[in-house]
Amino acid sequence: MGGLTELTLSEARAKLEQGEMSAVELTEAHIAALEAVRPLNAMITETPERALRMARESDERRAKGQAGALDGLPIAIKDLYCTKGVRTTAASNILGNFTPTYESTVTSKLWDAGAVMLGKTNMDEFAMGSSNMFSAIGPAINPWRRDNDKRDLVPGGSSGGSAAVVAARAALAATGTDTGGSIRQPAAFTGIVGLKPTYGRCSRWGIIAFASSLDQAGPLCRSVEDAAIMLGVMAGYDAKDSTSVDVPVPDYVAGLRGGVKGLRVGIPAEYRVDDMPEEIDALWRRGADWLAAQGAELVDISLPHTAYALPAYYIVAPAEASSNLARYDGIKFGLRSPSDDLAEMYERTRAEGFGAEVQRRILIGAYVLSAGYYDAYYLKAQKIRTLIARDFSAAFADVDVVLTPTAPSDAFAVGDKADDPIAMYLNDVFTVPASLAGLPAISLPAGLSGGGLPLGLHLIAKPFDEATLLRAAAALEEAAGFDARPPGGGS
Amino acid sequence: MSLMKGATGDWEVVIGCEVHCQVVSAAKLFSGAGTAFGAEPNTQVSLVDAAMPGMLPVINKVCIEQAVRTGLALGAEINLVSVFDRKNYFYPDLPAGYQISQFTRPIVGYGTLTLDGLEDGVSREIGITRLHLEQDAGKSIHDRDPRTTHVDLNRAGVALMEIVSEPDMRSAEEAGAFVTKLRSILRYIGSCDGNMEEGSLRCDVNVSVRRPGAELGTRTETKNVNSIRFIKRVIEIEARRQIEILEDGGRVTQETRLFDADKGETRPMRSKEESHDYRYFPDPDLLPLVLEQSWVDEIAKGLPELPDAKRARFIADYGLTDADTDQLVAERESADYFEAVAKGRDARIAANWVIHDLFGQLNRAEVEIGQSPVSASALGGLLDLIADGSISGRTAKDVFAEMFISGQDAAAIVEAKGLGQISDQGEIETMVDSLIADNPDQASQFADNPKVIGWFVGRIMQATKGKANPGLVNELLKRKLGE
Amino acid sequence: MSIDKATVAKIARLARIHIAEEKQAALASELSNILGWVEQLGEVNTDDVAPMTSVVEVRLPEREDVITDGDCRDDILANAPDTDGSFFVVPKVVE
Repeated sequence: MGGLTELTLSEARAKLEQGEMSAVELTEAHIAALEAVRPLNAMITETPERALRMARESDERRAKGQAGALDGLPIAIKDLYCTKGVRTTAASNILGNFTPTYESTVTSKLWDAGAVMLGKTNMDEFAMGSSNMFSAIGPAINPWRRDNDKRDLVPGGSSGGSAAVVAARAALAATGTDTGGSIRQPAAFTGIVGLKPTYGRCSRWGIIAFASSLDQAGPLCRSVEDAAIMLGVMAGYDAKDSTSVDVPVPDYVAGLRGGVKGLRVGIPAEYRVDDMPEEIDALWRRGADWLAAQGAELVDISLPHTAYALPAYYIVAPAEASSNLARYDGIKFGLRSPSDDLAEMYERTRAEGFGAEVQRRILIGAYVLSAGYYDAYYLKAQKIRTLIARDFSAAFADVDVVLTPTAPSDAFAVGDKADDPIAMYLNDVFTVPASLAGLPAISLPAGLSGGGLPLGLHLIAKPFDEATLLRAAAALEEAAGFDARPPGGGS
Repeated sequence: MSLMKGATGDWEVVIGCEVHCQVVSAAKLFSGAGTAFGAEPNTQVSLVDAAMPGMLPVINKVCIEQAVRTGLALGAEINLVSVFDRKNYFYPDLPAGYQISQFTRPIVGYGTLTLDGLEDGVSREIGITRLHLEQDAGKSIHDRDPRTTHVDLNRAGVALMEIVSEPDMRSAEEAGAFVTKLRSILRYIGSCDGNMEEGSLRCDVNVSVRRPGAELGTRTETKNVNSIRFIKRVIEIEARRQIEILEDGGRVTQETRLFDADKGETRPMRSKEESHDYRYFPDPDLLPLVLEQSWVDEIAKGLPELPDAKRARFIADYGLTDADTDQLVAERESADYFEAVAKGRDARIAANWVIHDLFGQLNRAEVEIGQSPVSASALGGLLDLIADGSISGRTAKDVFAEMFISGQDAAAIVEAKGLGQISDQGEIETMVDSLIADNPDQASQFADNPKVIGWFVGRIMQATKGKANPGLVNELLKRKLGE
Repeated sequence: MSIDKATVAKIARLARIHIAEEKQAALASELSNILGWVEQLGEVNTDDVAPMTSVVEVRLPEREDVITDGDCRDDILANAPDTDGSFFVVPKVVE
């Protein structure tokens, strides 16, 4: 049974197709694995009964020859996706026992493809964070440990719980959301693959909104091929989401092994930031060399407005969040702090329900939109965004993908940077520009740091060119040959 | 110039209106829930309207069309690119904590509306600053329980057109005429039913006062006034209140007020200064709305004849008076009804009947013209009977009343009640001869006092229960008495 | 831009989040740091640059005017902290 959790999603699918195991067996193995990794605090809600029921139904379907693309495969869902009949919290106290009467579009597609739901994963509250420390149920823990160091490490954020369970081999894959790096950075910190599709590729309907113009659903998996399989199911136009783009979903697996001969890979000068750890710079160069060795052409490019991406993000995202989170008011769902006075009810409910980081961002957001400041902050940031998008557009006239590191460090200890918001924000320095431009991007594990922790490499492609992105990532994955694993069991 | 007299001199009242008009559409502006009035609480609410987590707006194409049609009917600029902005504030009937509206780039820009039929007979042009689309809020009900407020979200998300006038009005009469005309246009094109009792059309009234020729004074806004009569009252009350304050040496506070119809006064709403910072920003769940000029042109072609054009045509083609025309064109249905009756008949007679008799009966019975028991063709049939002499004008009034009650047509009623006009010359001549013979004294007065013919006419009409053809009676009497 | 306690109190009111008096100063300082950091955007010339509205050129999608939703009161009220079965119930609002 131990072997069943070592498989990639793709391998597990093949074994189910060949009848080498049943979905129920596969699911039981993962339920047990999840139990074993409880000390990681990666799950907010476990749904073993539901999982087993779904697995049984999957086996029945397969027996009738009706298996779907993900039939019988146990996956975990970030607790930002509304799942019908299953409590959904966004890792916040303010949602209380909110139990949606509806299913998000993306998870509907996963269940329609036959996937099995293991439960809802831990995350930074309302997706605001890069460490999963800011959660109402406490931090998720990275299954990796630094050499000779007993301290718990963060799995990254905000999709920290999803990354942790996939890295700990307790789920074949998980869904996350990425607004400024929240899929890619935890993937890098936990040594797995994390993909943020083009903005508009996947539907946002039923995903609790943080920053509407940036949020995107995406998969966290243990291989590039798995990510391609997951994306193929998750992606697609949704008429219920006005920002969803009606572009056909290609077969992302088909061209995966096409190689990178002749592929032009941009290396942006501005990503070589001050205080960049040597080992990350070295990994970046190594990654470029791997691609060159396989026939890609390396091209030095400039993305001049890179340095302004993070500050622009930390204006736009909080602004949109301050408005998106206004609906949490104790009236329609979730927590209410009782009072005879409406104003007091609002204020106390939200003070008690929202954690400190969320409150901070709501206040920043309200401030930068307020009268007299809108032009200088929000409007300015949206203009910077246009410039950043133009930088990429210009670069993509010359190159096919852009290669950068994913994160400026390996995983840090739980508790670090907790009192320094800006230090925390800097975790996203490499991932945020692609978010602002709405471009598809992926992180894959490429090496280990001096402390024995995973480091990721990050590829960015043109809008709706996930096919090229995945092809380049597959080539890099093969060259990197990353096969390190976190210590067994996770604790 | 109409001015208000204060204790220390004259004051000019400056008025602007913001009219909220519920769009005629089956479903809401950004969700697929229904919009019909009067449903059970919270039964016309979708997850999107209730602002459930993860919900997203999708715009209703008919609402866009209605806004464009309205803009065209107001002769306004249609902005081919417009943006939806979020207006952020907290209130229980605003589930998302923001209203999707349009702030910097509305769908419709500057237009005008012409007021006719004012007391002084002078026509006036009132500027329309803009028209934008926005969501309506739900309803907060305060009187079900002393300690709590109950919230019904049925109305939340219904499409509204907010039509803002320039501060061009100078009297309650003008403001009343403005809203009346606007309502008429909206009903003409079917973009809003203008039902003020049900709240489909509500007015925020902005009032300030100044000495003639002076700078604009501080204005107050009185919200949600839901009848033309109240609009006029609010203006009078507010103008008076402000004049008194200023004449006492005080200053008018810029604030939002509510009208209390029972007490006949306006009072300030609970302090809302914080909520003036609505932190508008473009809604990131929606893209800018881009319209094709060719599509707008198609829409323009499809508009019905508007009140001003109809008015001009009625005066020119039917030779009606301004006053009569105003009554007929106020509602498109009335105008259509009139034209059906007037077709192939004397337009002025038709107009009289529609305005005095039909409207009179409808008002008494509190029935809309659309539900009139007497159809246009039925009324036309009655007028035909008068025209061909089958019945007298007097009898026709009675027949009409009967038609209204029974729904029967004129011919049937005349037949059943034997009300046919007596137009037989021989029959009348016999009656005239006999009446003259029986009343020689009266008859002899005719030479000196021709008016005595009236007495004879009266006797004959009495004897025939009003059925004698009056023209014939008069003609025969004149001849016989003159002999 | 440095913001003070009073501004924190004002924004907190706007955002309907109660911030205890004793926490306002620390929060003001924290927010000032963040705002000071984002202000570097002022270095960039953005004259004649339009704010970003979308990643790719797309039209705003429109829906047909048909009733496809509603009539689900139970779902709407299912998660509310206080209802009477038909309405949401909140503390009395004074206008």
